[in-house]
Amino acid sequence: MMSVPVVVWLVIFSYIPLWGWVIAFFNYKPGVPWNELDFVGFKYFVQLFNDPRFYNALLNTISMSFLNVIFACTLCPIIFAIFINEVRNIQFKRTVQTISYLPHFVSWVVVAGMVLNLLSVESGIINQILLKIKIISEPVNFIAKPDYFYIIVTVATVWKELGWNAIIYIAAMSGIDAELYEAAAADGAGRLRRIWHITLPGIRSTIIVLLIMNIGGLVGGGFEKQFLLMNPLNMNRAEVLDLYSLKYGLQQFRFSFGTSVGIFSSVVSLILVITANKIAKKWSGEGVM
Amino acid sequence: MVTYSKKEYIVDIIIYMALILISLATLYPFLHVLALSFNDAYDSVKGGIYLIPRKFTLNNYKEVLSYPTLLIAFRNSVLRTVLGTLLNVVFTAMMAYVLSRKDFAARKLFSTLFIITMYVSGGLIPGYLLIRSLGLMNNFMVYIIPGLVWTFCIIVVRSYIEGLPFSLQESAMIDGASDFTIFAKIIFPLCMPTLATIALFYAVHHWNSWFDTYLYASGNKSLTTLQYELQKIIQSASATASNMQNNINPEAMKNKIITPEAVQMAITIVVVTPIIIVYPFLQKYFVKGMTVGAVKG
Repeated sequence: MMSVPVVVWLVIFSYIPLWGWVIAFFNYKPGVPWNELDFVGFKYFVQLFNDPRFYNALLNTISMSFLNVIFACTLCPIIFAIFINEVRNIQFKRTVQTISYLPHFVSWVVVAGMVLNLLSVESGIINQILLKIKIISEPVNFIAKPDYFYIIVTVATVWKELGWNAIIYIAAMSGIDAELYEAAAADGAGRLRRIWHITLPGIRSTIIVLLIMNIGGLVGGGFEKQFLLMNPLNMNRAEVLDLYSLKYGLQQFRFSFGTSVGIFSSVVSLILVITANKIAKKWSGEGVM
Repeated sequence: MVTYSKKEYIVDIIIYMALILISLATLYPFLHVLALSFNDAYDSVKGGIYLIPRKFTLNNYKEVLSYPTLLIAFRNSVLRTVLGTLLNVVFTAMMAYVLSRKDFAARKLFSTLFIITMYVSGGLIPGYLLIRSLGLMNNFMVYIIPGLVWTFCIIVVRSYIEGLPFSLQESAMIDGASDFTIFAKIIFPLCMPTLATIALFYAVHHWNSWFDTYLYASGNKSLTTLQYELQKIIQSASATASNMQNNINPEAMKNKIITPEAVQMAITIVVVTPIIIVYPFLQKYFVKGMTVGAVKG
């Protein structure tokens, strides 16, 4: 049947790399045939777990993913969705929503370029504004300070994904029965109380499901933005697991060692997803997967 | 209809103000880049340009369009987007159709195979070694083949097909139509709205990719893409931002008409414009696609 080409493709491009995990247990050298490789057991994992830079990368990955889940996937889009939901002028609502989707479709390369531009010391608008309202007395080179890196990445992600991540919340809100609002208004509930007692409970299950789905990605979570915004000075805070694997594995031709990093994060993700799914089942009676 | 008191109009005003502010914050970086891209490159270095060019010029674009590398990059970006998306959509639709057929024996097995890949992947290095051993390094096909279908998109299309009345297929079967005919003549046309959505997702992905060029095709200059060229400029800009003492070497820039920054701005506009033109028209579809995918995924 016609599924054959795609399934063959799937096996080659998704399952052969999984099989490729075995190289983490061998002393892999490019070009050397399989039967001549030395089996080294967990040697590379021992190396990995003894490397302080690995723990630093792990901390960076989890911290930025965590901030991402809290702010970019949950809090900010929900607030935005509530605002949109309260607007009654359809034209205005549509325009704001259309604008809000735009950054999602733009590449991280473009966004990183904009971030560097906005934060630039000589002419960046962020420095200009902060100088004007006298929060800082001289321009700050934000991108060169490791301490700001998490914040920069998080704010950039919120900016990029706000409208997009709000789509699901807005859809969930539109499913709430309008009679509930009318009844509450008749009982004298004000605007804020209606949001608090009707809108938020109405999307509670959506929030929980999305939160749980996001938990699985805590140790993954991409590396594009970090790669693009990274420089020698903020390296310490920018290096996430994938970048670590790229730098100390691929670029130094330590293929076996680099693979062990990938295995570590896949296994941890899988455990997180399964745990989260179990919790979801307990909570709502149905699993996400 | 819920009626509103005076106090509630204040809430209204706050919400409108907040949304206008958010929209402005979303648009500002784009407008700023637009202004810089039309401003004289050396005048921009002095700073102070926000939304309106100070010394209007088309030189940045003229210059950028005269770089042979960028023309090649543009060609490759367009080519991979068009060709890649086309193949993505066809193969995704075929797979989704097969998985939607309840009478297909291996349906469960195949679905599981796909869903597993959403959670587990071989990772960077096994993928890299695979690409290398398949001879896809520095080969245009590396842009097309490894990302042929996404499980997420299969799920979106499958749930759309499952929503269509099965009697349509049944009557075609009775008339003796083969599975492929049913797919090509009935399913494919009926799925257009959802296929438009996934086409948008795939196309945006192709258009925005740079890492595959960086990893797999940086050895072949004729395979470069716009995003990759942009990435190289930003990388060096980021490096200069990190060591303030010597940023731009004036001697090196003397012969050139424009600065790397101006090149960056012009390419950014070139890269963003097609997206701005296309996505608002598909808004209705991708919003639907997103919500379906989220519910079923």
